[in-house]
Amino acid sequence: MMQLTNRKRVVVKKEMSLAEKLYLPAITDGMVITLKHLFKKPTTVKYPEVKRELSATFRGQHVLKRDEQGAERCTACGLCAVACPAEAITMEAAERKKGEEHLYREEKYATIYEINMLRCIFCGLCEEACPKEAIFLTDRIVPVDVNRKDMVYGKDKLVEDIQNRVDVSKRQTAAVLEFKKDKKHFHNQTWDDIQKQIKPKKHH
Amino acid sequence: MEIFILYKAILVLVVFAISLGVAAYSTYGERKVAAFMQDRVGPDRAGPFGMLQPLADGLKMFMKEEIIPTVSNKFLFVLGPSLAMLTALMTGVVIPWGGDITIGNMVFPLQITDINIGILYIFGVVSFGVYGIMIGGWASNNKYSMLGALRASSQMISYEIAMGLAIVALVMTTGTLSLREIVTQQSGNWVNFIYQPLGCLIFIICAFAETNRAPFDLPECETELVGGYHTEYSSMKLGFYLFAEYINMFISSAIIMSLYFGGYNLPFQNYIAPYIDGNILSILQFGCFFTKVLFGIFFFMWIRWTIPRFRYDQLMNLGWKVLIPLAIFNILITGVLMYALGKV
Repeated sequence: MMQLTNRKRVVVKKEMSLAEKLYLPAITDGMVITLKHLFKKPTTVKYPEVKRELSATFRGQHVLKRDEQGAERCTACGLCAVACPAEAITMEAAERKKGEEHLYREEKYATIYEINMLRCIFCGLCEEACPKEAIFLTDRIVPVDVNRKDMVYGKDKLVEDIQNRVDVSKRQTAAVLEFKKDKKHFHNQTWDDIQKQIKPKKHH
Repeated sequence: MEIFILYKAILVLVVFAISLGVAAYSTYGERKVAAFMQDRVGPDRAGPFGMLQPLADGLKMFMKEEIIPTVSNKFLFVLGPSLAMLTALMTGVVIPWGGDITIGNMVFPLQITDINIGILYIFGVVSFGVYGIMIGGWASNNKYSMLGALRASSQMISYEIAMGLAIVALVMTTGTLSLREIVTQQSGNWVNFIYQPLGCLIFIICAFAETNRAPFDLPECETELVGGYHTEYSSMKLGFYLFAEYINMFISSAIIMSLYFGGYNLPFQNYIAPYIDGNILSILQFGCFFTKVLFGIFFFMWIRWTIPRFRYDQLMNLGWKVLIPLAIFNILITGVLMYALGKV
């Protein structure tokens, strides 16, 4: 057979020498090793007091973003649910009524938006699929719970607080940041900007 | 006479308390040593540095549900851990903890009793200790317990022989069986380890086997036998078995130190002794002995977290084919040398 690595060793069952039979030299060697480790710095991270630094691309609990005016960005298009390999996302859409413009950015919005955190594998495909930059994975860790029901997160837990915005800039790649700067894309503009651009339809 | 009895009673209580205290903190020490050797931190939540951990463990042991299997022999099931604990505590009686303390014209030796067959007494009690494990393992009516008990008895019987033969060589050079005399002979003299290095090594190895410590912890052997002889035990009866093991470790460390490493004698004691008061010297000696014993316990733990467990056939081979011939050879060499040097 072709040899792929040079790590192969032929095992020989040889008689042990006297020193090996006595075990003592091997034991002393081992004891020296353990003694050295006795004076090494422990690698333990004392968790509740000290938290390990997360990776820059860590994918944690999701957030549903609002735009600058505080309106929800999500239009319940369902692309995230389609993209989700774990089928963790469900939603129900509704049409925006008059006077709700400050609540929802576009004419359609999600009345129910649920992510089952027990199903979610935190792959980040929902984030990639979202055309409205509404859903992001953040560096927050999903807390544990004692029953399954409470692990299904609804809009109350997912949509960000207006006063207390969630910073997702750390999670955004350079390409996304660049894309966001370009104001000619529809979804990068505020509702007022969009209103100005829409030309009134001609009546026949 | 009343003072004598009162003094002995107090001394017994003190030795009892020290044995239990050291055993309790050995569990903490063991976990800490294990943790440090594996680059971890170990218990550090209960109190500063986790110092209250043994108390929490003890409380846990007492609060746990006590289960006695219906198929077990109830009397023997309870007798097992009691015997293990009893024999573990009995051996502390003959160990000399320090020199004499003189108050007025009364002399108080820091030893509960100095019987002239001290070593023999220890051997008697220690070989009695295997009954605790055997009875407990058998009474549980469980295969794993039974296997653990069988291993324990065969292991202890095999290693006691080599241990006894190692002691014979020591008795040849010291000419006494009293522990106190053996210790006093070593003051201002070379310690017995110099005269009996091989005997000392055999004795230490056998002490590991007698206390069921790694690498000879086959009777417990959690990877093969669930918990070995104490599989069926719960609550404080389990605690008694675990405690007995740590007390045994403490006592055997004390015996090793007394027999081979100078006991309570301070290093260079002959140069220091004339300048200090006898009572202070005795207290210093106690401190010195205690430090030695604690190092012995650390050594036990150091070994445990270094080497893996012996296989059963390796254990028997080592006991019967290596240690016993070596011990006999040791006696022979000792005899020949003593004759050649004109010590007989």
